[in-house]
Amino acid sequence: MIEALLVMAGIALALGAVLGFAAVRFKVQGDPLVDKIDAILPQTQCGQCGFPGCRPYANAIADGEADINQCPPGGDEGVRKLADLLGREYKPLNEEHGVEKPKAVAMIDEQTCIGCTLCIQACPVDAIVGAAKQMHTVVEAECTGCELCVAPCPVDCITMEPLPETVQSWKWKYPTIPIGKAA
Amino acid sequence: MLHKLFTFHGGVRPDSRKSDSTQAPIAALPLPAELVVPLHQSIGGTPRPLVRVGDRVLKGERIGAAEGAVSAAVHAPTSGIVKAIEPRTMPHPSGLPASCVVIETDGEERWIEREPVPWKSMKGDELRDFLRDTGIVGLGGATFPSHIKLRPGAKPTHTLVLNGAECEPFITCDDLLMRERAGEIIRGAGIMAQMLAVERVLIGVEDNKPDAIAAMRAAAGDGIEVVAIPTLYPAGGEKQLLRVLTGVEVPAGRRPLDFGLQCFNVGTAYRVARAIDQAEPLISRVVTVAGNVDRPGNFEVLIGTPIDALLAAGRPRPDTDRVLMGGPMMGFALPSTAAPVVKATNCVLAGSPSLLPPPPPEMACIRCGTCAAHCPADLQPFELYWFGRSHNFGKAQEYHLFDCIECGCCSYVCPSHIPLVDYFRFTKGEIWAREREKAAADLARERFEARNERQEREKREKAERLAAKAEATRKKLATTEPTGEAAAASPAEEAKKALIAAALERAKQQKSSVKPRNTDNLPADKQAEIDQIEARRAGAEGRTVEPPETP
Repeated sequence: MIEALLVMAGIALALGAVLGFAAVRFKVQGDPLVDKIDAILPQTQCGQCGFPGCRPYANAIADGEADINQCPPGGDEGVRKLADLLGREYKPLNEEHGVEKPKAVAMIDEQTCIGCTLCIQACPVDAIVGAAKQMHTVVEAECTGCELCVAPCPVDCITMEPLPETVQSWKWKYPTIPIGKAA
Repeated sequence: MLHKLFTFHGGVRPDSRKSDSTQAPIAALPLPAELVVPLHQSIGGTPRPLVRVGDRVLKGERIGAAEGAVSAAVHAPTSGIVKAIEPRTMPHPSGLPASCVVIETDGEERWIEREPVPWKSMKGDELRDFLRDTGIVGLGGATFPSHIKLRPGAKPTHTLVLNGAECEPFITCDDLLMRERAGEIIRGAGIMAQMLAVERVLIGVEDNKPDAIAAMRAAAGDGIEVVAIPTLYPAGGEKQLLRVLTGVEVPAGRRPLDFGLQCFNVGTAYRVARAIDQAEPLISRVVTVAGNVDRPGNFEVLIGTPIDALLAAGRPRPDTDRVLMGGPMMGFALPSTAAPVVKATNCVLAGSPSLLPPPPPEMACIRCGTCAAHCPADLQPFELYWFGRSHNFGKAQEYHLFDCIECGCCSYVCPSHIPLVDYFRFTKGEIWAREREKAAADLARERFEARNERQEREKREKAERLAAKAEATRKKLATTEPTGEAAAASPAEEAKKALIAAALERAKQQKSSVKPRNTDNLPADKQAEIDQIEARRAGAEGRTVEPPETP
């Protein structure tokens, strides 16, 4: 009787030690779910969701504080991906946070810019270069199209220009049968 | 000499229709009044323009310098004046414009100074840079910069394969090149063989080109073997040709170089020889004009020649309803024939409703598996089709969509006439677009995090700086004014008090040092006004002054 108890206690201790070691040795840093949500978000850092950036929004979704349909740049596809990942019901984009728009980049009108640096401070990805009283310009390749620089500009010299389709970005269209031919 | 040949999976045997355009030798084309040379003509970075509008350029002058690791230069195909550098319609299925150098030709054909290159005494990198700067790219269709493929890999390369299969119907530009210029192709092959330090050179030519095989065999020297391979589309695909000639099956995601093999088109070998021996950059190529034309043939065409002008030389019949760049299997309909001939243009094919009839309406997939039986890349096109239709892009990639060479065998054999390749192109495009988006998102995330970190750091540094400054002031005061009475109070409070006292003292001094100005010879009423103000101020400050004296 006592032997059996000792053996069982010994096994429990040994397994406990293994589990304890594993918990320390293989500890997962950060929340992997937040990383997965963050990977789906478009990283425009526009704040339209009501959070200061994509990662805070990802945190809020993971904590259940925010809904999955608050990201207009991610669009319908983004909502679907989030719904898939989190096992939640799909719901259409919440229009309170804005509507899906084609990708655009900010353009600074060189004639009007007074070099106030306000847009530089507003840009979440440091995509605007310039200095006080010098003309500013947007690095097109790094602009996420978040529109955060548009409002602070005191002379309204920033416009959002939709990205034109180029030979490089052009995509083959989904094959369709002309109605006349099928009939 | 007998060479053991292997077979690849699948393949089809379409009517080759090559005899029409092989009757006449390669002809020259009259010089057009204007050449439109696109800057982006190879895979990789878009070259940087080296000329400005109004510049006079000579034939063979470099007008665009290679930009980035994968890129090749572009050159002026003839002498003339740069009329514009502007977006012009590209020979691309989209018909979209891209940056081009427009040259008004002067008809003088004045060359830049040229001398043969002492390639044997050049270092490998020097020679490769030379080929990059002469704009040599793969002329089989992919236009991959050749200098990159000529860099020996980690493992020694043992076999160089020249691709003269030219399996696509109608196209005969490589056939004519091999018949007429076999010597230079062999010379180019020898140069490339030395650059890669290979043991043997194999030249694969489909057996429906006996004249080309004979000419190449006559020109080939030691270590170069011209092999006739069975005519089966797409034997000219790189992996398919390597399989037929060497038996090596290059797996998905690997390159031939990993197996000691390297493959070039015969046209590329010819251009390498021209570049080395005559310092002639890639400014022209042989293009087949075939299909619904009265005078099919092959033409030596300057890069930048409008396709219209080339097509006119073939005399298209009136019922021509579309023009394809490339062959009937892999080519695409040109949205505009004003687009220029580029390095990738191997054939301009005129189509008519009777010659290339539009495919019958698409019907439902019956999963017969005929497409899989004919796929030379061992894929399952019907599965890829379903995944593409349902936008299940991840699954399509799992089924190796990117091993599809878009040869068109599946569409050719499909009993339901499904344009399978169109679906694959669509799916690939969507996947690429998503990858571009993902790369942009990753960059934005990185930059956003870097910015947040920087702002945090700046805040921290500012706080530290202020703390250090306050500490320094405190120390200074503590050492200069050690008073007995304040000793009881805490040092911080004492320092604060001392600071306030010092400030008050300074203010008092400043005030007393200010003397009213322009107070001499004032009229009486002004003086009275001033005195009143002084009295009010004194009252506010809580001190008494003598009442204003009245004069």
